[in-house]
Amino acid sequence: MNLSRKWLGEFVTVDANDKDFAEAMTLSGSKVELTHDLGEEISNVVVGKILSMERHPDSDHMWVCQIDVGQEEPVQIVTGAWNIHPDDMVPVALHKSTLPGGKKIEKGKLRGVVSNGMMCGLSELGLDTRDFPYAVITPAALLNDYHPLDKDKPSIPADIQPGHKIFGSVVCARITAVRCDGVNAYTAACEVGSGSVSVSTNCANLHAGDLVALDTKKEHICTLEDLRAQQAEFPHCIPDGIFILHEEGVKPGDDLKPVIGADDHVVEFEITPNRPDCLSVIGLAREVSATYEVPLRLHEPVVKGGAEGNLVELLDVETPAADLCPRYTTRMVRNVKIAPSPKWMRERLRAMGVRPINNIVDITNYVMLEYGQPMHAFDYRYVKGGKIIVRRAKEGEELTTLDGQVRKLTANHLVIADETRAVGLAGIMGGENSEIVDDTTDVVFESACFDGTCIRKGALALGMRTEASAKFEKGLDPMNTLPAVNRACELVELLGAGEVLDGVIDILNYVPQPRTITMDPDRVNALLGTEIHPVDMYRYLERVDICTPEKNFPNGPAPVVIPSWRADVVGIADLAEEVARFYGYNNIPTTLMLGQTTLGGYSPAQKLEQTLGSVCRSCGYDEIITYSFISPTYYDKILWPADYAARKSFKILNPLGEDTSIMRTTVLPSMLEILTRNYNYRNKSAKLYEVGRIYLPGGEDGLADERKVLSMGAYGEDMDFYTMKGAIEAILKEIRAENVHFEAPTGAPSDASYHPGRCATVWSGSNCIGIFGQIHPLVARNYGVDGELYCAELNFDALMNARGADPEYTPLPKFPAVTRDIAVVCDEAVTVGALEAAIRKGARGLLKEAALFDIYRGKGVAEGKKSVAFNLILRADDRSLTAEEADADVKAILEVLEQDCGAVLR
Amino acid sequence: MKEQLANIRAQALAAFEEAQDLAALDELRVKYLGKKGELTAVLKQMGKLSAEERPAMGQLANEVRAALEGAIEETSKKLEAKALEQRLRDEALDVTVPGKPVKLGHKHPMYIALDELKDIFVGMGFTVLDGPEVELAELNFDRLNAEEGHPSRDWSDTFYFDEDSRVMLRSQTSPMQVRAMDTMELPIRIIAPGRVYRKDEVDATHSPMFHQVEGMVIDKNVTMADLKGTLNTVVEQLYGKGTKTRFRPHHFPFTEPSCEMDVQCHKCGGVGCPTCKGEGWIELLGAGMIHPRVLEMSGIDPNEYSGWAFGIGLERTAMRRFKIADLRLIFENDVRFLEQF
Repeated sequence: MNLSRKWLGEFVTVDANDKDFAEAMTLSGSKVELTHDLGEEISNVVVGKILSMERHPDSDHMWVCQIDVGQEEPVQIVTGAWNIHPDDMVPVALHKSTLPGGKKIEKGKLRGVVSNGMMCGLSELGLDTRDFPYAVITPAALLNDYHPLDKDKPSIPADIQPGHKIFGSVVCARITAVRCDGVNAYTAACEVGSGSVSVSTNCANLHAGDLVALDTKKEHICTLEDLRAQQAEFPHCIPDGIFILHEEGVKPGDDLKPVIGADDHVVEFEITPNRPDCLSVIGLAREVSATYEVPLRLHEPVVKGGAEGNLVELLDVETPAADLCPRYTTRMVRNVKIAPSPKWMRERLRAMGVRPINNIVDITNYVMLEYGQPMHAFDYRYVKGGKIIVRRAKEGEELTTLDGQVRKLTANHLVIADETRAVGLAGIMGGENSEIVDDTTDVVFESACFDGTCIRKGALALGMRTEASAKFEKGLDPMNTLPAVNRACELVELLGAGEVLDGVIDILNYVPQPRTITMDPDRVNALLGTEIHPVDMYRYLERVDICTPEKNFPNGPAPVVIPSWRADVVGIADLAEEVARFYGYNNIPTTLMLGQTTLGGYSPAQKLEQTLGSVCRSCGYDEIITYSFISPTYYDKILWPADYAARKSFKILNPLGEDTSIMRTTVLPSMLEILTRNYNYRNKSAKLYEVGRIYLPGGEDGLADERKVLSMGAYGEDMDFYTMKGAIEAILKEIRAENVHFEAPTGAPSDASYHPGRCATVWSGSNCIGIFGQIHPLVARNYGVDGELYCAELNFDALMNARGADPEYTPLPKFPAVTRDIAVVCDEAVTVGALEAAIRKGARGLLKEAALFDIYRGKGVAEGKKSVAFNLILRADDRSLTAEEADADVKAILEVLEQDCGAVLR
Repeated sequence: MKEQLANIRAQALAAFEEAQDLAALDELRVKYLGKKGELTAVLKQMGKLSAEERPAMGQLANEVRAALEGAIEETSKKLEAKALEQRLRDEALDVTVPGKPVKLGHKHPMYIALDELKDIFVGMGFTVLDGPEVELAELNFDRLNAEEGHPSRDWSDTFYFDEDSRVMLRSQTSPMQVRAMDTMELPIRIIAPGRVYRKDEVDATHSPMFHQVEGMVIDKNVTMADLKGTLNTVVEQLYGKGTKTRFRPHHFPFTEPSCEMDVQCHKCGGVGCPTCKGEGWIELLGAGMIHPRVLEMSGIDPNEYSGWAFGIGLERTAMRRFKIADLRLIFENDVRFLEQF
């Protein structure tokens, strides 16, 4: 919500500068987003009066002007604009001045003639003709500016002289004198060869000596349009030029800013949804008055009325949808003269970010801004049968709204209709069929209160949230409709825009009743932790019109009456906030909590999560955060079979896009996406992890079964299957998982994402913890990666279950160990796991450790065979082993290796 | 013989003195004291001596031997020290050659910020709760006093899974307040960090998924002054002692009175600069006294109990903590970014 401080000044007087004002308002609860000095960029620009003009000696289109800028000596300024005349008041940017857009003006020379500044056009001041409709410039076609498109075939001969015929009744004429009669009204004396005539014109670019095309029949000086000429043929006869000021009471030397309304400051507020009353100048003025403890000057609209006719005879209002329309208030204006609204109104609208249109539309906008009450104006002649009916739309009913769109309605929409058809979409937008147009004469002002939910849903369904609907949906004060409509009628009279009919039609579908709640100072102090005196509390409340009917401020609990615009205040907590706002949030003491101590801490699952993270990091894995939503196509990318049940995902009905449209049931695509991104960024290697969630259907209450997964992913030079396996072993060791073993994949459909020969499932006893391995080359290719990617998906709950017991100390060995290295040759197909199992089986109780240290294939080992070498550590807890004892054990081990695995000592 | 012994002694001692290394010394030891050494050779002649001469000569010989052995030991120590010195000199390294790399992983900056917050609150007796992200609109909105029609319930703002707008992606961590009230014994002190989702297109300051930390205290006689005191303590731990804060009135459906807490801009110290958009303050979090209706809906008597709650955006906290300018970096997970923390 933008607030013009000038407009605000009509209701409260506050001298604070913008910064202090913003701070004070913010701290009392109206958050200021920013402040803006409208004239910030304009400096040293004044009103000037053109004293004289001479043609530039070296230019066919420039003028050298002497301008009175309120200084002793006039200043000389050279301009290329042709719409000025002596005695015109113009904006003058003096030497060393600034203009909007950071433009700096300094003196200089134009074709050798000194120019001490610049006269400004509207656009140079950051304005346009909507701000100053009278500043529209109509250029005449000056024959002395004629440049034929085809040099060989000019339409007008170069040597044309006054009196020469151009076509029909149009002849060449020479201007001998120009007199300015008013705004865009000139009288030009023309010599037509045979004699002279005096012609009225609105063309602003005429000066003595110019040749023009004069329609002798119509006594009209022709424009480009009249001659059907193109702009290129008259390059300097353009509808752009200097902004000629026609403002009362300005004199040379006056600062321009107040003249064009650039002396205002605009404050932008963030208004929270509970305070729709603050979406208005008056609402904010109330807050300002309460904040600064200065009086609020409200104005009671006075309508003279007296237009011919009887309102009740002309207009009838019915509200069959009474439940959706608590109040409907309307007045009528006759003999409307559509015209631009006055400068002060245009300035205020513009300062608040609203574009001026015409007096009637501007009045409705002005009242909406001032009172926060959306207004609508209809053209009465289109209200068939003189009847306004507020009803639900018929299913499929169509209405073309003011923006020219055809809207198809449902029974959930509320419309304003006449006897035959809808003429407006209640609270959202008017209908095109009843729009105010230039020849509108009778206007109906609607000031109503509609049901917020109905308006919100209606606007939403049509995708057309308007300024009006945004206000209505928050729930407006029904008490506001009458003063607002009266204010509109008062403005009509003030602007002379029409004649107001006596009387108001005011339909109330509810019983207005002041709301009273109980104020309890002790409870407020208890909530705030303050010791504010009750009398002070009632005083704070009174600042925002929450008053107790009691004569003096009470010392204890008392009823208070809530003003109609404060629907948000319903209980003691709301009153506490009002008290706190004006006592000052920052004056509330700061204390530490008393009461029962609670034992804070982390749950076992949270601790496990911390452990997993710290092991991953010590293995070199960086933590990542990925989106929980993915595209359904990602399941294809990771080669999940089309009929795989795990594809069933929570689907977002209103996603931002397909890529974020379903909740993932696997973390794999998220990890692959990040690996790929790093790969594409040419990062040489990456090791990443995330404890992320997957969202499976079938949770309680129709919610998801949300499970956590430790997702790991890596690529790079030092990365292979066993590197990742090592990290996983480290994790399982850290959580003291028992009976850890790795097996071939179980044949689940999701295995398809992995390289079939390079992936394994991870087990602790019979508890399957997850899967890891190299990503299937086809999956990698789907991600555009031609290198090897490795991923692991470890189920968090399974890791929880796999946690081993707390460690218990085992005595350190007292006797030395004997180590033996053995290398056995076996078939390729025999796994190291099987060999290890055989070693453990063959040992006779002395084997403490068997560690693989080499696998060899090649020279000396037969084709299809491999040599596998282990380092065995043997030890007895009660004595030093002899070599013979160790050898006996190794021999037993070798026997089992041969029996079970066909592995023989190399 | 006496003369011989004296000669050996003098020669040997002189030779030891000259020895350049341990090997040379050992050679000398053999030469003089070895089985076939010179001293031994002299001693072998002892038998030729008379019984009277023998003890005196024996004693003399022993003295010479002892002197030589002592000298060898001394010289050997000297030579050892010299050899060590030489070795150390030879083994000297270029210490500027980089160490053998140990690649450690890095915690994501957002989780660094979260862990800091968690530790502070756990230290104050708070429990950390975890809850569902696919949530009931009833808990995300209704039970938090955001009734039908509240703008945040719009399909343009919130992600839904069914046409009835019943199941949604939680748009705030606040439903954890309700879950805590429904399941925990009073008094309650919890924080609940987690992912939240809003329908915002990705840009430098927005993401459809981000993280919040919810906090809530319910007990008898809990006041707004407690809220201020606790949050001030947290801010001092996060941003240093003496960090200035201010509280502004604000509005949330589930708290009343509500506030937003600002910290004084660290960059300009409150004067106003581009970092704080000229305000001198940076918005940190939203908070307030739990709305009596919210307590009532959870079966807690607002006349007996009161509470306060807050919600803080984690990404923004982390971005401020590490001066990260663009939110997209948080979710991009470029290792060159991650490894800075």
